[in-house]
Amino acid sequence: MFFDRLTPNSVLESGLSRRVFLMSSVAAGGGLMLGFGLPFFVGDVMADESSSFVPNAFIRIGGDGSVTLTMPYVEMGQGTYTSIPMLIAEELEVALSQVQLEHAPPDEKRYGNPLFGGVQGTGGSSAIRAVWEPLRQAGATARIMLIAAAAKRWKVEPSSCHAERGEVVHKTSERRIGYGAVAGDAAQLPIPEKVALKRPEEFKLIGTPAKRLDAPSKVNGTAIYGIDVKLPGLKVATLAQSPVFGGRLKSVDDAAAKAVKGVLQIVRLDDAVAVVADHMGAAKKGLAALVIQWDDGPHATLSIADIARDLEKGTLNPGAVAQNVGDVAKAITRAVTKVDAIYQVPFLAHAAMEPMNCTVHVRKDSCEVWVGSQVIARAQATAAKTTGLPLDKVVVHNHLIGGGFGRRLEIDGVTRAVQIAMHVDGPVKVIWTREEDIQHDMYRPYFLDRMSAGLDEAGMPIAWNHRFAGSSILARWAPPAFNNGLDPDTIDGAINLPYALPNLRVEYLRMEPPGIPTAFWRGVGPSHSVFVVESFMDELAAAAKKDPVGYRRALLDKAPRARAVLQLAAEMAGWGEPLPQGSGRGVALQFVFGTYMAQVAEVEVSQEGEVRVRRVVCAVDCGSVVNPDTVQAQVQGAVIFGVSAALFGQVTLKGGRVEQTNFDTYRVLRMNEAPAIEVHIVKNTEPPGGMGEPGTSAIVPAVTNAIFAATGRRLRTLPVDPAELKHA
Amino acid sequence: MAITIKVNGAAHRVDVDGDTPLLWVLRDVLGLTGTKFGCGMALCGACTVHLNGAAIRSCAMPVEGVGDAEVTTIEAIDTTAAGRKIQRAWLDLEVVQCGYCQSGQIMSASALLAGNPHPNDSDIDAAMSGNICRCGTYLRAREAIKHAAKVSAAIGKEG
Repeated sequence: MFFDRLTPNSVLESGLSRRVFLMSSVAAGGGLMLGFGLPFFVGDVMADESSSFVPNAFIRIGGDGSVTLTMPYVEMGQGTYTSIPMLIAEELEVALSQVQLEHAPPDEKRYGNPLFGGVQGTGGSSAIRAVWEPLRQAGATARIMLIAAAAKRWKVEPSSCHAERGEVVHKTSERRIGYGAVAGDAAQLPIPEKVALKRPEEFKLIGTPAKRLDAPSKVNGTAIYGIDVKLPGLKVATLAQSPVFGGRLKSVDDAAAKAVKGVLQIVRLDDAVAVVADHMGAAKKGLAALVIQWDDGPHATLSIADIARDLEKGTLNPGAVAQNVGDVAKAITRAVTKVDAIYQVPFLAHAAMEPMNCTVHVRKDSCEVWVGSQVIARAQATAAKTTGLPLDKVVVHNHLIGGGFGRRLEIDGVTRAVQIAMHVDGPVKVIWTREEDIQHDMYRPYFLDRMSAGLDEAGMPIAWNHRFAGSSILARWAPPAFNNGLDPDTIDGAINLPYALPNLRVEYLRMEPPGIPTAFWRGVGPSHSVFVVESFMDELAAAAKKDPVGYRRALLDKAPRARAVLQLAAEMAGWGEPLPQGSGRGVALQFVFGTYMAQVAEVEVSQEGEVRVRRVVCAVDCGSVVNPDTVQAQVQGAVIFGVSAALFGQVTLKGGRVEQTNFDTYRVLRMNEAPAIEVHIVKNTEPPGGMGEPGTSAIVPAVTNAIFAATGRRLRTLPVDPAELKHA
Repeated sequence: MAITIKVNGAAHRVDVDGDTPLLWVLRDVLGLTGTKFGCGMALCGACTVHLNGAAIRSCAMPVEGVGDAEVTTIEAIDTTAAGRKIQRAWLDLEVVQCGYCQSGQIMSASALLAGNPHPNDSDIDAAMSGNICRCGTYLRAREAIKHAAKVSAAIGKEG
């Protein structure tokens, strides 16, 4: 079996213990090198351990005492590069500032994530969950070996020595020696078989707020993102791609563009045209001066209504069964009340602040790429394939990412930049304009969900039926992950609900929309499913004339951690306390990415139907917390990302073209619109859950449920449409 | 047409069309990549720089419009008292995430604080709502501005 499902009540709640494989060697320059394996997650699914051990992470303790960690995850704002060194530093007994982090070079055989179909990637709120145990174990192993090496040199018992601040100490003789001086000796010693990890109460670093290591360079302009790459003789290009997906370039009149000062060259591709110039100002001016004719191709008349209609029709047929509990068909016949609803969520763009860009230098026998990517090995592979060069002739330099949110798990931009660079002499930086970035994104899929439920005489659910259709990203992105009509991401948040539902059936139909590409987006599967599940749960509470918090709580007897976050969020939010006319509170609860989270949103709806989210209270149980400051920052950011989507987010098609172009038509939340956000962390010693994404999926139904409380209007289609909420 | 502009205290002669946005002169001609491209239409604030101390969007400012004005970018904002306080507050309150928009956020905040040592929430809204952050650092940015203002007040009292 490729996947090993971790269920909330069995493994995660009882604690997870994994065997960690290690190997040691002498590091270049005479230190100690420890190699070990880090696992990967997608959603709350963990990859099976492979029987053949190939290390994909390394700790190197140099002869100078330096500690370097090489590992296959990237920093894209989520604070991973700060949290990960904390785990090593804790067990190795060194200061956090002593640990240097190095990003692994592209090598799918070694660093590939088996759950991503062997792709070397960072995503799915996975990094901390994956490294929690192995990194501490590796740190502890290195410490024990360094102590043993020092003890051997001093001819004392290792048990009479201890480690502190990067040194081994023999207390009785008051001798101390730095790690660097014994690292070479330690490399000759056997790896200890058993290593005891610190108990949570012994932690000095883990669980304390730590400063981000990357912050100083980000406040003074010296941090280098992909778009900031400088090279001798660097040219800059910008591009126009067929406005209809699948269209072709028919003709280009470039006379006016070539006359623009600084424009060097026009590059024609099958479905795109690029202007190469001395600087981006000239490239943009040149692009605007092009007269381009497109052949729009097969999707020339496509609209969102076509896609929605297909999904609506498709969901009349049964889908692949994602989860089946009891007998829904039988149970529904006993129902006193029946509730039915159709939900729809739109395509969404990523709109990361750093527009898509990629710098490429194609030479006769080699190719160099400079890019900020969540999938560096895939970037290398597409450059090799596009140029026809062998993989080892392609070098990829990875850079800081100005917002990932899933966009930089795709390599379409690298492919395109290489295609252009093949026509250019010397290095060229290809920069997407914001319009090009939004209109040629790969989008969070449109989904349509049919919900039906039956309630007993007490108003409690005895049947829960959920059938939905939409794109499977994993089926394209990592085909081995798609089996029997299902993939673990798309159904995440729709199955294994925290609630006790005696009869439940969840079905999924993979339906790929024509003429619009789809991709991962912050919150992935749950960004859709949690909105539907938690809105519908709210509908059931309303049908039963029960309080939304009390109704949910009554279904959580067997899920104490879920119950606790719900209770905490409700208490801190002042659930039940009166609010002014036109205001309301809404709640949402979820268990996704290994993290329990409840949010209460407080909204205000104006006479014109404008929605203002005033306050959000979030209670989170993500197990052991490595860096509480990061948890708070990630929830704040994820909530703002989700509120943007709930209130404004939608990508629509007209005549096959994406209608949104820039931040005026693809609106996102601004500072004056941001709610106050309180984050309450439930402290425990369970294995850590993911934190990058849960906040985004939970906030959306909390907001729409609050709108229902404020106005009595149930919103089943996103984004919120003020026209629907306007007072009559 | 060669144009001379003053950036971070030094004069630079650049040979570009007069309607070239200042942003691209800074980034691609002068190599000052701390100022970021986000939208090209003065909608997101990532490209914010100071023109004689006032925050402007360099993506919508033709270089020929700069004239004799002093351009200050993120690379030199620590030469101003308000800039230093804002940068310090940004680190103290751990504002940054991906960091891409932060040059622009800091430039807008520095201009605000320089002109208004005790901004209230609506002053902050007015000065900062043109700066988009997709990581959602707004709450900490707001607190950091207040923190910087408090620090200035404390220094003022000591002095």
